Amino acid sequence: MSDVLYLAWRYLAYHKIKTMILVASITLIVFLPVGLNVIVGQSSAELTARAEATPLLVGAKGSPLELVLNSLYFDSDPPELTTYAEALRVVEFELATPIPLYVRFRSRDIPIVGTTLEYFDFRRLHFAAGRPMAVLGECVIGSRVAEDLGVGVGGEVISSPESVFDLAGVYPLKMAVVGVLAPAYSADDEAIFVDIKTTWVIEGLVHGHQDLAAPEAAAGVLKREGDTIVGNASVVQYNEITPDNVDSFHFHGDMSDYPVSAIVAVPRDQKAGTILMGRYEGGEEPSQIVQPTSVMNDLLDTILTIQGFVIAAILLVAAATIATAALVFLLSLRLRRREIETMTKIGGSRLSIGTILVSEVVAVLVLGVGLAGALTLVTSQFGAGIIRAWLLS
Amino acid sequence: MISIKDLRFRYTEGEFALHVPELVIESGEKVAIIGPSGSGKTTLLNLIAGIRSPQSGQVQTQGTEIGALDDAARRDFRIRRIGLVFQEFELLEYLNVLDNVLLPYRINRSLDLTRQVRERAAELAEEVGIGGYLGRYVNHLSQGERQRVSVCRALLARPPLILADEPTGNLDPTNKGRVLDILFDYVDRDGATLVTVTHDHDLLSRFERVIDFKQFYDT
Repeated sequence: MSDVLYLAWRYLAYHKIKTMILVASITLIVFLPVGLNVIVGQSSAELTARAEATPLLVGAKGSPLELVLNSLYFDSDPPELTTYAEALRVVEFELATPIPLYVRFRSRDIPIVGTTLEYFDFRRLHFAAGRPMAVLGECVIGSRVAEDLGVGVGGEVISSPESVFDLAGVYPLKMAVVGVLAPAYSADDEAIFVDIKTTWVIEGLVHGHQDLAAPEAAAGVLKREGDTIVGNASVVQYNEITPDNVDSFHFHGDMSDYPVSAIVAVPRDQKAGTILMGRYEGGEEPSQIVQPTSVMNDLLDTILTIQGFVIAAILLVAAATIATAALVFLLSLRLRRREIETMTKIGGSRLSIGTILVSEVVAVLVLGVGLAGALTLVTSQFGAGIIRAWLLS
Repeated sequence: MISIKDLRFRYTEGEFALHVPELVIESGEKVAIIGPSGSGKTTLLNLIAGIRSPQSGQVQTQGTEIGALDDAARRDFRIRRIGLVFQEFELLEYLNVLDNVLLPYRINRSLDLTRQVRERAAELAEEVGIGGYLGRYVNHLSQGERQRVSVCRALLARPPLILADEPTGNLDPTNKGRVLDILFDYVDRDGATLVTVTHDHDLLSRFERVIDFKQFYDT
C-alpha cells in the first residue's frame, strides 16, 4: 500500500501547480460555506449573549441599531446624543437603575467609556489589579488594553484629540490607570473606563486652569469686572488632573444638560421594565427605549438571510468547481493512458494501478479538506471579531 | 522455452490477421524478428507476454499456457518472468531513475521491494552507466540513457525471458550497440532467452536466429 501511495504522491508532487490549483479549489469550496457558517454562528452567539445581558437601553431617538452597537461594543460611531437629564428621569420613574454611558472619545483606537461604578457590577467585571476609579482623571483598563499597551496600575493613558486641526476642539487628557480588569472575553476587555465626568472633562465641559485671582496669574487676566475675572489666551488649562489641581476643575452650565450616548436601564423586575418601556411610547417623546435582544435579533435575521443567499451562491460555484475538477481528472486520465498501459503491460496489478489513481484524488481531497479545516479553526478564533468589527464599521 | 502452435489472432476492427502455424524458441536463444511494419511482430510479442489473448491456438511461455491464466495470474506471471523493453522507453516522467527502475516492485504485490532489490537496482544502473543519475528525473536524460533505464527496469526481477520491441529504434549507433551489449550480457550470464523485434538489419548478425515475419502475415 505504501508503494502505491508513494507513486501517487510522486505524481502530485511532480505536477505541483496542477495539484495546488486542485487543492486550493477544494479548500475554497469546503471552507467558504463551512467557515461562513462558523463565523456567523459565533457572531450570533456573541452578539446575542451581550444583548441578552443588557435589558433596556435609553437614548435619543434615532437608529436603534447604532444605539445598541455603540453601547454594547463601544466601536461604532456615537448615536444621537441625549443628556444626563435622561438618566435623572429614569431615576425619577423609580422603575430601574440607570447606568449612563458616554462613548465618544478614544485613546488611539481604544474606546473611552464614561460611566459610573455600577457598570462594573452590572457586567460582573472583576479587577485583576488595582481598584475602580474614584476621582476625576482616573481610569480602569480592560485586560486586552493592558496587554496591548503594556500598561498597568500606575501607568497612564492619554485621550486622543478628535481632530488635530481643530484648536477649539477636544484636548488630550492624561489619565492615571488605577485598575486593570480581569479578562471577560467581551468588548469590556478592549475599553478604557472612566467616570462619566471625566469624559466631560475631555469634552471641555468641565475644566481646570490657573487660579486667575492668584497674584502669579496676573499675566493671564484680560479684564476684571467686580468679582468676575476674564482670562486671556495665555491662561494655562490643565490637561492632567492631579491632587494639586483637582480643586480647580469646575462645571460650566447645568450638569443635567451634559451629553450621554445612552443609559442602560436595569429594571427592578419584568413588570417595571414593561412599565418603563410604556413611558417612552408616544410621538412627542424625544427619547427612545430599546430592548437590545430585539434589535440584535432583527440584525441577525438580516445576516442569516444574506448568509443563506451567499451559501446558495457558493454551493453553485462549488458544484461548477467539482465538475471542473472531475473534468480535469478525466482529461488527465486520457493523457495518462499510455502510462497506465505501460504499467499494465509490465504486469502492474489492476488493484495497484487503480489504487494509485484513486489515491491521487483522495490525497487532493484530504489536503483540500484538511486545509479548509485549518482555515475554519483559524476563522473560529478570529472570525467572530472580524464580523463584529465589520458590522460596527 | 516458447512454443506456439496454430496461433490465430485478429483484431476486432480492421483486416489484419495473424496466423503462426508453429514456432519454437529454445531457452537461452537470442532471436531477432524482422518484417514489414504492420506485419504483426509487436502483436506476437504481446501474445507471448499474455498482454493479448489469441482467438485460437496455443502459446506456451516457459511451459505455461499463458492464455489459460486469469487476468491477475497473467499479470503476476508477466511481472515475475518476462522483462519488457519498448522502443519509446515508456518511463514515468514524474519518477526519478531509481524509482522508474523499481516500478515493477511498486505496482504488483507479488514482488517484494526489499533492500536487496534496491541494491540490485543501483548495481544494474551502475553496470549500464547511469549509476550517477539515480536521483534525476528521466526527462533530464538523453535517449540512450533513457533506454538503459528501461532495460534496467526489465532486468531487475531477473526474468528468464526478455521481449524487446525495437529497443534500438530511437537510438544513435553508439547507443544501439551499447543497449544490445547490455541485453546480450544479461542473456549470456543468466541463461535467459531474448526475443527482439527490429528493423535494424545491421544488428541482425549479432543474433543466433532471425525470423522473417512475412510468412505469418495473412492479409
